[in-house]
Amino acid sequence: MKERIRIGCGAGFSGDRLEPALILAQQGELDYLILECLAERTIALAQKRKRQDPTKGYDPLLERRIELLLPVLLANNVRLITNMGAANPVAAAEKIGEIARRLNLSVTVAAITGDDVFSQLTGDEIALETGLPLKTAGSLLSANAYLGTDSILPALATDAQIIITGRVADPSLFVAPLVHEFGWSLADVNQIGQATVIGHLMECAGQLTGGYFADPAKKDIPDMAHLGHPFVDVSIDGTAIFGKVANTGGHLSLATAKEQLLYEVMDPARYVTPDVVADFTQVRLEEVGLNQVKATGGQGHPRPDTLKVSVGYDAGYIGEGEISYAGSNALGRAKLAGAIIQERLANQFTDLRVDYIGSTSVHRRAFGTYPEPYEIRLRVAGRSTTLQQAALVGEEVEALYTNGPAAGGGARKYVHEIVGIVSTLIERTQVSPQVTVFKA
Amino acid sequence: MKIKLYDIAHSRAGDKGNTLTLSLIPYKPEDYPLLCDQVTADVVKTHLNAIVAGEVIRYEVPNLPALQFVCHQALTGGVTTSLTMDTHGKSLSYALLELWIDDPNR
Repeated sequence: MKERIRIGCGAGFSGDRLEPALILAQQGELDYLILECLAERTIALAQKRKRQDPTKGYDPLLERRIELLLPVLLANNVRLITNMGAANPVAAAEKIGEIARRLNLSVTVAAITGDDVFSQLTGDEIALETGLPLKTAGSLLSANAYLGTDSILPALATDAQIIITGRVADPSLFVAPLVHEFGWSLADVNQIGQATVIGHLMECAGQLTGGYFADPAKKDIPDMAHLGHPFVDVSIDGTAIFGKVANTGGHLSLATAKEQLLYEVMDPARYVTPDVVADFTQVRLEEVGLNQVKATGGQGHPRPDTLKVSVGYDAGYIGEGEISYAGSNALGRAKLAGAIIQERLANQFTDLRVDYIGSTSVHRRAFGTYPEPYEIRLRVAGRSTTLQQAALVGEEVEALYTNGPAAGGGARKYVHEIVGIVSTLIERTQVSPQVTVFKA
Repeated sequence: MKIKLYDIAHSRAGDKGNTLTLSLIPYKPEDYPLLCDQVTADVVKTHLNAIVAGEVIRYEVPNLPALQFVCHQALTGGVTTSLTMDTHGKSLSYALLELWIDDPNR
């Protein structure tokens, strides 16, 4: 048994940069590489693609990431664990096999399925967000349970070099290889709590090494154009030391680690995953060297009897339109334009939003007094059940060119199909994860 | 004297459905008691009244040290269906840092 395991995280979301994972695989001296690519909504969108084409429904960047990484992973004996299977881990595994054959490589891939529980739902289950039956949200598209470490362990017991999952709790992607290597008991709640702290700190990749952090002159981060993603050295007692590859950009400090430890945490004493209810309140973070932070003291309580299920539903369409005003009285002209659109569309949309980009668009008001900006971009958004009506928003904004206030420029219009997400709970006993091994 | 949170603390926003989480981490650990004292859940709720429709819950995390604010009904319906541009509320950490507080020792 190894005394120390090194795990890298090369992607923290579906659209993440490609090369940090390659640098980790080449120079990181890793045992495992994790790519976390699945947000709440991503899997519902993937489910729609699978319905249109049964060979699709995995992560859209899977081919590019695997082509880049596969030769290096095999040469350096690094195992890959990723949730890029999204709605279709089996098709993803077959695609990886196809890429390997094209590159004259041989690879074993394990696909984990069983998270898709759509056929088990009636729609009468209660949504956690609304307290109403799921089916009242709209036409249901997908339902995926968050699987845990216990679903990944059987795949790790095979000789697969790549393990591809669908919906799995993000920290479990890290907890699983630790449990596999060190033989920890899943019932040892403090050990699994500490492993979950490690997974939680790692799962957003660059957010631990200076991404989503920098503020010039206040919180400077060097060479962000080449931000290095993190790795962690974990000892058999659970002690973790986070670091990054030498000569990559970014900075890993006590401050970046503190921000990430609390990221998306709803209760620091009860961070619920399928593996454990982790307690972060005794965690000790310590800077032990340049770009090196040590974490100890994660604890936990027994795992819940139920698993969270993410349910996608058809939420119609959002239409958007934008147009810019600049120079004297830019805000005044933009507000006039906004009032014109309100008057023309308000009675046709239950949900219509007018924002002034440069002034109050993302904070929804200004805090304190600031000088009026030189430029303002009007942005209007409306939701509808039909594509045609949603498109009206952009059409009306564009028509301001010749019918609106003076000097409106740069109009753009967009329509997006929207998938909404609600959650419910399912008994653990109703979910049965499976592993399928493919050799190419 | 009055000081702005931005000058003494940093923050990161996170989202879960329609709930916004905001950490508040003092640059200097010695400012933690001041934050505990001045930045109550009520103060944050009032400060963010244009953003947070529901309850604000504050957790103390002295082991870092930091405060964590969990703000309910803050993301106009949540990431997937909201009409706002910043559907995740990722920019909202800097709305919290716009808060001015009283520091009797400065």
